[in-house]
Amino acid sequence: MPQIIKNGRIQGDEWKVLRGVGNDAAATMAVPAGRVIVPLAVWQAQRPQLASSAEAGMLGVWLTGDTDLAALADDLMALPLIAVDFPRFTDGRGYSIATQLRTRYGYAGELRAIGDVLCDQFSFMIRCGFSTLQPCEERYNRVQIDAALTRPGDFSGPFPRNRRGTR
Amino acid sequence: MYKYDEYDQRTVDERVTQFADQTARYLAGELSDDEYRPLRRQNGLYIQRHAPMLRIAIPYGNLCPAQLRMLGHIARTYDRGYGHFSTRQNVQFNWPNLEDVPEILGLLATVQMHAIQTSGNCIRNVTADPFAGVAADEHIDPRPWCEIVRQWSTSHPEFSFLPRKFKIAINGAAQDRAIIRVHDIGLDLVRGTDGDTGFRVLVGGGLGRTPIIGEEISPFVPWQQILNYCEAILRVYNLHGRRDNLHKARIKILVKSLGVAEFARQVDAEFVHTRDGLSTLTQAEIDRVADRFNDPVLPELPAEDAGYAAQLAANKAFANWVKRNVRAHKAPGYVSVVLSLKKIGAAPGDISADQFDAVADLADQYAFGEVRSTHEQNLVLASVRQADLFALWETARSLGLATPNIGLLTDMIVCPGADFCALANARSIPIAHAIQDRFDDLDYLHDIGEIELNISGCMNACAHHHVGHIGVLGVDKSGEEWYQVMLGGDQGNQAVLGKVIGPSFAAADLPDVISTLINTYLDCRHEEERFIDTVHRVGIESFKTRVYVERDARLEGRKRPDAPNH
Ligand code: SF4
Repeated sequence: MPQIIKNGRIQGDEWKVLRGVGNDAAATMAVPAGRVIVPLAVWQAQRPQLASSAEAGMLGVWLTGDTDLAALADDLMALPLIAVDFPRFTDGRGYSIATQLRTRYGYAGELRAIGDVLCDQFSFMIRCGFSTLQPCEERYNRVQIDAALTRPGDFSGPFPRNRRGTR
Repeated sequence: MYKYDEYDQRTVDERVTQFADQTARYLAGELSDDEYRPLRRQNGLYIQRHAPMLRIAIPYGNLCPAQLRMLGHIARTYDRGYGHFSTRQNVQFNWPNLEDVPEILGLLATVQMHAIQTSGNCIRNVTADPFAGVAADEHIDPRPWCEIVRQWSTSHPEFSFLPRKFKIAINGAAQDRAIIRVHDIGLDLVRGTDGDTGFRVLVGGGLGRTPIIGEEISPFVPWQQILNYCEAILRVYNLHGRRDNLHKARIKILVKSLGVAEFARQVDAEFVHTRDGLSTLTQAEIDRVADRFNDPVLPELPAEDAGYAAQLAANKAFANWVKRNVRAHKAPGYVSVVLSLKKIGAAPGDISADQFDAVADLADQYAFGEVRSTHEQNLVLASVRQADLFALWETARSLGLATPNIGLLTDMIVCPGADFCALANARSIPIAHAIQDRFDDLDYLHDIGEIELNISGCMNACAHHHVGHIGVLGVDKSGEEWYQVMLGGDQGNQAVLGKVIGPSFAAADLPDVISTLINTYLDCRHEEERFIDTVHRVGIESFKTRVYVERDARLEGRKRPDAPNH
């Protein structure tokens, strides 16, 4: 079972991330049973079949950095889980997507970082509103993750809200 | 200058611990090169030609004596006895060991310094007028605003992995001395119709491979909203800036491809949501920051000091130095002094460990402890009594810090070039030396008058060659060092990019090329006309023609070894 970090603790995870191929396959891609995080294109293409599973809290959608949130936000707000993919850890678009989901659209569900998620960026991710971090599988052993969680993060939050004690 | 509060200190201390841990994990093989690279860069550490290069932030160029002494100590202990002031008001050490860097950062933290975000694809050290707070032509002091931008941008979680580096400069004077028009964001402090403070916002300026002068996207953003507005700009850039090509990743390319009107529309659409958001500033916050500046209380003085006037009349060398290196101060009886780091024979911007200490002593003795670094790679003593100038000059002279050349040809802006920098195409320091040697006559230099010569070792343009009156750029021609020459650039309110005059030159030709440019100017100038004004009046054509005619004549002369020597 993959390990994730949720609310500052390591835990096992039942969600399976369905990695897509191209857009063409979105309509026909098989979505397995259980809790699944599907590519946005699959959600859009198979919405009638997937809606009940979403309502039951069993379906999440993952977004890429070029997702146009303005056009989609209403559709996504009811999902129990939204994941944002970091194709490389140096691709910082996911931080803005997460910030927008939380501050502009008021998304209150689980917001998960997936992809090239490295422990030296955990604190940035959490401060942008991610509630769950899913590090690259097999990148870290348990000891390393434990160490990451007790390490001092970046104390500095975004100014000036940090100074008001609202971090 | 600004004094840290507990919060600032804790932020910096935690970064030191964090970086020590990251470096230990890297050295233990737990972090790959790729994973460690952005972490070390965000702490100012590059891997260079000889060794790592550590770039230390001098926020908006403000320094105090204790910090200078610490820099001297670091130069002596961890480097080869000197440091280098960069064109972004920062200081660089070229020879530290990677293993020592956490320790150096720890020492810096004890004097409220750090290397945070002096490199990497994040918001870099904010720059400003070195005469901020004391300049006679200033309408709003930019320093508290710079400090607020520093605090806001430090470890900003959303903007630490931008497509590319991001530079902000702030000006609050009539004459822009921070080159805000060649920054990713240039902020111009202005007063609104009701006298309220706000910012004229420029965006998308920058030099490098694709030099562009920034354009205005808002004539007035109220001060309360300035961080929210910057967040809107940065968010549009973070989401839509190019990440597929390093050379097209700066915000200027996005602004250019969208057009400034469309870019502004997108920013405004985002600003609708960030306005009044979490980064809204309040008067209490401005006061909190401004109060920590603790500016020295300058005793009232008469506007003219009689002794000073007599010294000026009696000593020509002193008068020359005053003419070139001393600037007007807003308080009567005071001046600002530029200490030249452009002594003939020295690498421009270099400073020895002993000089670090000596400048600290000068600042303590004569300048109320206030020192500034300039983007022209010199140092400024912000507030000095007229009555103290002569004594200050004598001491500075003995330290090699009083070359009376500020604003003259030998006050060149020069990047480290291929002697140190791994990205360089060509060396820049030896070119500077060759030109210094050619123009070592002070009377001649003073006759030529104000001129800016900027030399970059590659198109990253660290020496801002595009906005030099004369710009020199090192280029690589099948493994050989060649130099392109530009003419007609300018910084300040009328910032304009220079134009390449033609095919590039061999290193040995450059002093002659500069001579031809100067001679053309001397032949054409009107009375009291500066070099750049002559260039703009007569056009670069006549300069260019003469440069190549004389160059060809020299080549011809060299081909005929029996030609008369002259
Ligand atoms: S201009 Fe080029 S050579 Fe000079 S310091 Fe910058 S990157 Fe290095």
